[in-house]
Formats: sequence, structure tokens, C-alpha cells
Amino acid sequence: MKKQTLWYWLFLAPVLIALTVVVIIPFIFGLYYSFTDWNGIQSTQFVGLKHYMEVFQDKEFLNSLWFTVKFSVASVIFINVLGLTLALIVTQKMKTSKILRTIFFMPNLIGGLILGFIWQFIFIKVFASIGDLLNIESLKGWLSTPETGFWGLVILMSWQMAGYIMVIYIAYLENIPQELLEAAEIDGANSFQRFRHITFPLVAPAFTVSLFLTLSNSFKLYDQNLSLTGGGPYNSTQMLAMEIFKTAFSENQMAYAQSKAIIFFIIVAIISLTQVYFNKKREVEM
Amino acid sequence: MRKAQRYIIEVIGIILAVIWLSPFYLMIINSFKTKREIFMDTLRLPEVFTFDNYVEAFGQLDFLKTFFNSLLITIVSVGIIIIFSSMGAYALSRRKGKISAFLFFMFVGAMLIPFQSVMIPLVYIFGKMDMLNRIGLIFMYLGFGCSLSIFLYHGTLNGIPKSLDEAAIIDGANRFQVFWHIIFPMLKPITVTVAILNTIWIWNDYLLPSLVINKEGMHTIPLKMFFFFGEYTKQWHLALAGLTIAILPVIIGYFFAQKQIIKGVSEGAVK
Repeated sequence: MKKQTLWYWLFLAPVLIALTVVVIIPFIFGLYYSFTDWNGIQSTQFVGLKHYMEVFQDKEFLNSLWFTVKFSVASVIFINVLGLTLALIVTQKMKTSKILRTIFFMPNLIGGLILGFIWQFIFIKVFASIGDLLNIESLKGWLSTPETGFWGLVILMSWQMAGYIMVIYIAYLENIPQELLEAAEIDGANSFQRFRHITFPLVAPAFTVSLFLTLSNSFKLYDQNLSLTGGGPYNSTQMLAMEIFKTAFSENQMAYAQSKAIIFFIIVAIISLTQVYFNKKREVEM
Repeated sequence: MRKAQRYIIEVIGIILAVIWLSPFYLMIINSFKTKREIFMDTLRLPEVFTFDNYVEAFGQLDFLKTFFNSLLITIVSVGIIIIFSSMGAYALSRRKGKISAFLFFMFVGAMLIPFQSVMIPLVYIFGKMDMLNRIGLIFMYLGFGCSLSIFLYHGTLNGIPKSLDEAAIIDGANRFQVFWHIIFPMLKPITVTVAILNTIWIWNDYLLPSLVINKEGMHTIPLKMFFFFGEYTKQWHLALAGLTIAILPVIIGYFFAQKQIIKGVSEGAVK
């Protein structure tokens, strides 16, 4: 090998080996196993599309797919509305804006598992206390029904991620030239008009970024799901990532779980590729 | 009029901030209560502040050891990710061509694969290699973390002119010297971003360590917390003290580096 190319491969070797061993080979093995009767130790025969056919008749899988979709739609809406609101508040010129940013962003630094446990306390104990105090029955028994489990997850996720989305919006909002807004104000535009005609169009790219970021994060949620509801009651709040984990490691159906994992990959990849498509399209337009 | 408007917005902001902090506030005040007092009311301040919960939770969590385990895994993994990703990105940015373009595409494309899709074979393969230990875990973090890190480094490196390297090479420096003495110091701002993003991820990661190093004595904070919480579900006074201990290091870190953290996270997301 020429000396010129030797350094090139030496520099790349560690990351290439790591990516290959950790991601690419397991992915290819996984794809292969999903077509066999692999049980985690050995595979004896090729079963073709058998697992995939079964997945689409698997009630538990379909329930968790539907729950995941519902949850993702609800959290995408809440997180983005909240995130943009917070960003618009903290980009005002005020004394407290720095400390407010710090506070809103804080939940992002703490792991989802721990946040889920904290909110378990809030929903089960604190909500019950507030319910006692104000005599509101609906605040009692949270997380013990599918509905409260669902909203519990949405509230937790919105509280955690709104600050993250806020940071993204801030990055775009602070790029808006102040002269533009001031000129519009002198010309008599009110604050709504300024938002509608100047701020909004310039911040539009942040919507694409935030929308897909929240969508794929919500769709792949695992830690918060595990610690807040554990999938209960009766698996009614079990999301896809947890369903795959359970099929593999609790029920020991390795090949079957892997075919679910491949379907999971396809859905996540479609979400991400749609984002790439929109980004490219926008770059061309600009 | 405008002043009044701004004042109202500020008040709304402060109210929201109070709501945002309330889960932490409630966790902390109740962590000082006795079991009985939590049972009676969770909203009041404790009648007597007791530190007993903390003493017991600290011991049950074996916190010094657990904290050290988390620290070790995080520092080594992030260090390795920084060293090898910056080197890899440097190679890809200096020799343009079909091979580099393909490899870059492969690194970035791997980001599409969610963890759950490779989890089962990964554990199987590493089990076969007898690598379900800390070294295996750190190697996995390199594999999962290098994609985004290479992507971020690559963007910055493209903006550094090649003539800089070439001049040094003519002066007799080899590639390692050029990279470590000239280029890497110039990458400091993006290195901070890469370090922050990977630290937040690895420090808080639960699922991967639970599959790879689920052994007494090796537990990281999230892992230990999972078992601790499972044992004390009905004993909120201990659970809450444990949770407070567990998030304390993060809050302290945030206090000192909040500016860099917020900047790093927003850069990582927007790119």
C-alpha cells in the first residue's frame, strides 16, 4: 500500500471497525435471522416471510403500534406548540430570560428513566393530594387506566422535550435581523403582523427540524415508557420499543422479535428520510 | 402599552418556569419527609426535615461506587469517541473521492438504524465473543456514537483549508503530527459540542448497559436506579431521596456549564 493511502486507512480503521461490528454486522445478521427460526442460539431452517405475516396478525404488536402512533401525534403537537411558546417568551428583552431558558431546558439533561420515576410520584401521589384538596375525583388513580397512562406519557414527554425544541427555535429566532422588525414596527405593523409576516417565515425551517426530531424521538421512546407506566395497565400503554424488547427477552422469541425490529426500522427510516427530503428541497429553494 | 405587554409576557414566563420546576420541588420536599407524612399529604412542607432517607438511600444505592462506574464509562467512551471520530472525519475530509463519499454516506446512513433493530443480534454476537463487559460496552458506544460525531467534525473540517496541512507536510511533518498539532487544536469548539452531546447520552443511557453490564458492582446510575426503584416502589420517602441523589451530579454540572451545554445541544440538533 502506498504511504499516502496508509495513513488514510489508519485514521479510519477504529471507527470503521466499530461501526461494522456494532451496527452493520448485527443489522445484516438481524435481517437474516428474521427469515429463519433462530431461537437465540441456533437456527435450523429458513421460514421465509412467516414471521412477517404473523406480525400483522399479532394483536399485541398492532395495539402497541397504534398506541405509539397516537402518542407520537399528540406529543409532536404539544411539544412543538409549547417549545415555540417558550422560545418566543425567552427571546423577549427581559431580565429573567436567561434564567428562564436554563429552567426550561433542565429536564433534557436528566435521563428518561429517572424522569419517569419522578413523574410516577407526581401523577400517583401528588395528583391524588391535589384531588383531595380541591375535591376533583379525576385527579385520583392516575396511571391506573389506559387514558391517564397515555396522557401521563404525553405530559412527561412534553415537559421534558419542550425545552429542547425551545433551544432550536431560539437559534433561528435570534438570527432574525432586529432592523427588520424595527422597520416594520415604525411602518405600523402590530406584534401579530410582525410575527405572521417576518418571524414566522424566517423560523419556518425550524419547524421541519423540530417536527421530525420530536416525531422520531417519540416513536422510539423506551426509557420513559418503562419507568412511568411500565406498559401497564394490562399492556395498554406499551409502545413499540418495549413490545420488541418483551418479545425478545421475556418471551424468548428471538427471530420473531427481530422481524418486529426490522419493521420498526423501516418505519423509523421512512420518518427520517422524509425529513432529509424536505431539508434538501428547502435548500434547493433557497 | 409595549411595556405592559412585555411585563405580561414576563409574568407568564415566570409562571411557566414555576410549573416546570414543580416536579423537582415536590420531589425534594417529600424526600425529607417520613413515610407516614408522605402518605398523609404530599403538598405541605415537611414538619421536621429528616436526613434519614438520604443516609439510607445513599447506602442502598452504593452511591460512591455507582457514581464512579458511571463516570468511568462516560469519560472513557466520550474520550475514545472524540479521538477516533475526529481522526476518521479528518481522513474523509482530506482525501475526497468515491471511497470517502461512500464511507461518509455509510456513517451518516447508519444513524437511520434505531437501537432496537440491532439490539438482539448485537447482544448475541458480543456474548459469543465474551465481550459483554465494560470494554465491550465502551466499544459499542464508539460504534453507535461515531456517526453523529464524524458528521459534526466533517462539517467543520471542510472549512479548514488543505493548504495548511500541505505546508506542514512539506516542512517534514507526518499526518499524525499535522493532525494532532495543527488541526485538532483548531477543532476545539466542535469538540466541546461533540463531548457534551455524547456525555448527556451515555451518562443517562439505561437500555444498553442493562443488556451488557448487568452485574452487581458494575451498575451505572440509571441501572442502579432501576433496581432500587423496583425494590422501594411503595416506599416513596426512600425512592425520592434516591432520585434526588441521582440527579444531583447532573444539576451541579449544568450549573457550571449551562452556556456551553445549551449551545452544544442546539448546534447538534440544527445541523
